[in-house]
Amino acid sequence: VSVSYTSQRQIEVYRFSLPVTILVPLLAVFFQAFLPLKFGFFKFFDLPLLVVIFFAMARRSQLAGLLTGAAIGILQDSLTGPFHHIGMYGIAKTVVGYGASSLGVKLDVENAGTRLLVTVAFYIIHQVLYFTIARGLVGLDLRWSWPHELIAAVANALLGVFLFAVMDRLKQRA
Amino acid sequence: MDNLMGRYRNVSILAAAIFLQIVGLAIQVKRQEENHSSRLLRVWAVTAVTPLEKGIVRLQSGVGSVWHNYLYLRGVRQENRDLQEKIQKLQLYQVRLEQDAEQARRLQALLGFKEQFIAQTTAAQVIGSSGSEQSRIVYIDKGSNQGIKREMPVISGDGVVGKVIMVFGDTAQVLLISDQSSGVGAILEQSRLQGILKGKASGELVLDKIMSDEDVKPGEKVLTSGGDQIFPKGLPIGTVSKVSTGGQFLQVTLRPAAALTHLEEVLVITQKQEREPSLANGTTPTRAADILAQRLPSVPDKPETPAPVPAQSAAGVQVKPQTLATQNGENPAASRPPSAVPGAAPVSKPPAAAAQDPRAMKTPLTKPAVIPVSKPATPPVQQQTPAAPASETPGDTPQ
Repeated sequence: VSVSYTSQRQIEVYRFSLPVTILVPLLAVFFQAFLPLKFGFFKFFDLPLLVVIFFAMARRSQLAGLLTGAAIGILQDSLTGPFHHIGMYGIAKTVVGYGASSLGVKLDVENAGTRLLVTVAFYIIHQVLYFTIARGLVGLDLRWSWPHELIAAVANALLGVFLFAVMDRLKQRA
Repeated sequence: MDNLMGRYRNVSILAAAIFLQIVGLAIQVKRQEENHSSRLLRVWAVTAVTPLEKGIVRLQSGVGSVWHNYLYLRGVRQENRDLQEKIQKLQLYQVRLEQDAEQARRLQALLGFKEQFIAQTTAAQVIGSSGSEQSRIVYIDKGSNQGIKREMPVISGDGVVGKVIMVFGDTAQVLLISDQSSGVGAILEQSRLQGILKGKASGELVLDKIMSDEDVKPGEKVLTSGGDQIFPKGLPIGTVSKVSTGGQFLQVTLRPAAALTHLEEVLVITQKQEREPSLANGTTPTRAADILAQRLPSVPDKPETPAPVPAQSAAGVQVKPQTLATQNGENPAASRPPSAVPGAAPVSKPPAAAAQDPRAMKTPLTKPAVIPVSKPATPPVQQQTPAAPASETPGDTPQ
């Protein structure tokens, strides 16, 4: 029996139409590549990660969550330079997708406060995984900075709460 | 057994997905030199994303163009006047640079140096970035169909931007000089110390391999050295912002000349030329004195008191007293003695006298130079009047 703040009856599973499933991640990756050119501060945000968390929590399926995370992560990796290998974001987002969908089964993730906390936590997890892969497996010289990561986590969570509210309109009851 | 498999199915798939990606990473790390192991995936991703980026950039530039060219014209006249004035000043400055360049070319020819010239460039628009803080690359809207190739240098109006690292049909990936994997041969403008410019994880630019006993001061400009065989020599990279010691080498941090975080348009150097400057046929056959005579504003001839010796340069160009210095004190050529102007014969009236000429004071700054040029019957001998180096002229600092 899963321990949760909600009863099983309150947990609703959602699905998304095919155009939404394809276009939203593509748009997220596109804006992630395009907006930092116009607004420098946007490099602190990770839109593809927010999309992974949203889809995973809404679908509440671990398999769907990890596959969504892997696909979006690899797409994001593909737009980076050849010295940034494909799979670095992929692995991190696969784990986040799996974790977010697992949490979605147990928690009421429709609440804005929960969404804020969950997004902060998953952003930090994502960054820890990414740095571990980048430094441990690929040998990149990255420096971890707690203040930077915490500020970025809160900023992403705030954007996430707004974005999730917008994307809620795209959900269809399964 | 089936129950066990069903229970751990999702975890197993997660482990498999991670394992596959780790194997993929290992393959890429091992084949790093080949740089082609993941090309197919990258082509797909670029093909999926860049058309949208191109469309938005074009739409944005179209709307911006209509707004700025037809609607928002406030202050344009004043700006135009300011720019005209600036052009006049820059033209004067250019004359001096031409003289120095000509002299440098002659010396290089004597020493058998080879020069690199930017022979051809292609303008491109920046349409996207990697979207990652750890990978500092941008995408441009020109690719192999427009003649772009790998390793081509990319510059902007302000300085060096990066180099092309991956080329697609109508798109190319440019590695910025601020990326960790980037490296540019650099030289300090004043001290002529050479080092390697690298990017840091934070995006800072550092000049490496400069011994800690050397003297480098903040504010000094850094240029490309040409030693990397990619960037032509002498392109501005940035300015020294911080120097710290520690270990065998100095930690020289730079402020980039080009706005690497706000790039819009760039130039890809598609062709470089390497040639030896020749004594007989320089790149600019026009002599410095001729350029000077053509570009400097003039005053009308004095009808009275005919000059005993007509003021004529060796090239046959009538040189007139200069008046800009009298107006705003910013004419470097006018303030020097006539003998210091390379290739120019003594003028009929010294600049000091011209400065006191009331008519000269009234000459408008924006008036275009109108100087009658009479071709000499015989071609002038270029070495007739040796060029004086700029440093020989006291108080002749460019503005």
